[in-house]
Amino acid sequence: MSAGSRRLSFLGVGLVMSALVGSAAVGLADADGDSRRSGFDFMGPQTQAMQGDDTSNPGMLAVLEGEDIWNRKAGAADKSCADCHGDAARSMHGVAAHYPAFDTGTGGPINLDQRINTCREKNQEAEPFPWESEEILALSAYVGLQSRGLPVQVGDDTRLAGAIKAGGEAFHRKQGQLDFSCADCHDANWGRKLGGSVIPQGHATGYPIYRLEWQSMGSLQRRLRNCMAGGRAEPYSYGSPEFVELELYLMSRSRGMAVETPAVRP
Amino acid sequence: MARTLINVPPTAKRGEVVEIKTLISHPMETGFRTGPDGALIPRDIIHRFTCTYNGEEIFSADLFPAITANPFITFTTVATESGELALSWTDDKGQTQMETAKITVE
Repeated sequence: MSAGSRRLSFLGVGLVMSALVGSAAVGLADADGDSRRSGFDFMGPQTQAMQGDDTSNPGMLAVLEGEDIWNRKAGAADKSCADCHGDAARSMHGVAAHYPAFDTGTGGPINLDQRINTCREKNQEAEPFPWESEEILALSAYVGLQSRGLPVQVGDDTRLAGAIKAGGEAFHRKQGQLDFSCADCHDANWGRKLGGSVIPQGHATGYPIYRLEWQSMGSLQRRLRNCMAGGRAEPYSYGSPEFVELELYLMSRSRGMAVETPAVRP
Repeated sequence: MARTLINVPPTAKRGEVVEIKTLISHPMETGFRTGPDGALIPRDIIHRFTCTYNGEEIFSADLFPAITANPFITFTTVATESGELALSWTDDKGQTQMETAKITVE
């Protein structure tokens, strides 16, 4: 079953590719001139269908888990997220579209996972969830889902201008043994192929994602570590300021595009 | 308890072919991977899936280690009468997950 569908999805990528090659000649832009494309547009039709149907999107399993954690009391304060924030569908509506955001506590940007853990430590008086743990991915997928379809709002906070600039510099900095910058692939060569895979534009609008290659959920930082290791660069460690700045730059670059959490990616 | 997502059409016409889609969270550990200590991680997969419709088995499958984590299983049946579909997944630890879904046939 799975081998068959995988073969079909590669075939699908081929079809999308030939469609892309055809339209690249005319510039591949919306009526309003926006040439930005979500990674969704580069996937095969089977993988797109998997993301599009909430009963076949494996990311929804994490969302269910996240909903459970949202309502579960934790920590010395014996409070659940819901005790303060109430119904996530209302209180968290559009929240994830603003992350990474400025944090007054640290005076810099923090991402959604860090915000959740800060709240957990301060208000629930509980241990923060470890990076990439099932719990943090589930909770951020659940919070992220409440912004699905809404435009990314990152990039208009003047307090973060310096961090966005630093992230942009990291995006354009060549690094690693292969001497690649992020921009070398995702700005200059998107739509072409790296190995057997189409290079997307690197719009991180669907995180945390269910990645078929991982057979699990994963954060944007996990994906970035993948990319860095692929270019034989030393990946930043989870939660490092460099990563948050890069996330911040990426999201400001995707400003206005629709949030897809929980997205499925090959 | 594992999380499941089940998609059964709530209503159907008599004689209509309906599609049932199921997704369950499970690591589907193959038994071929080694852990950080170099030792094999014991196999733990769902090896059996069955679906009954008002008590009668309409679909079953044996699953093997090559099948992905969080297996998605979809199949069709003919809607004959209103009632209950009972789905069960059994893994190598002997745990069985049971879920039911109602269908109304007009």
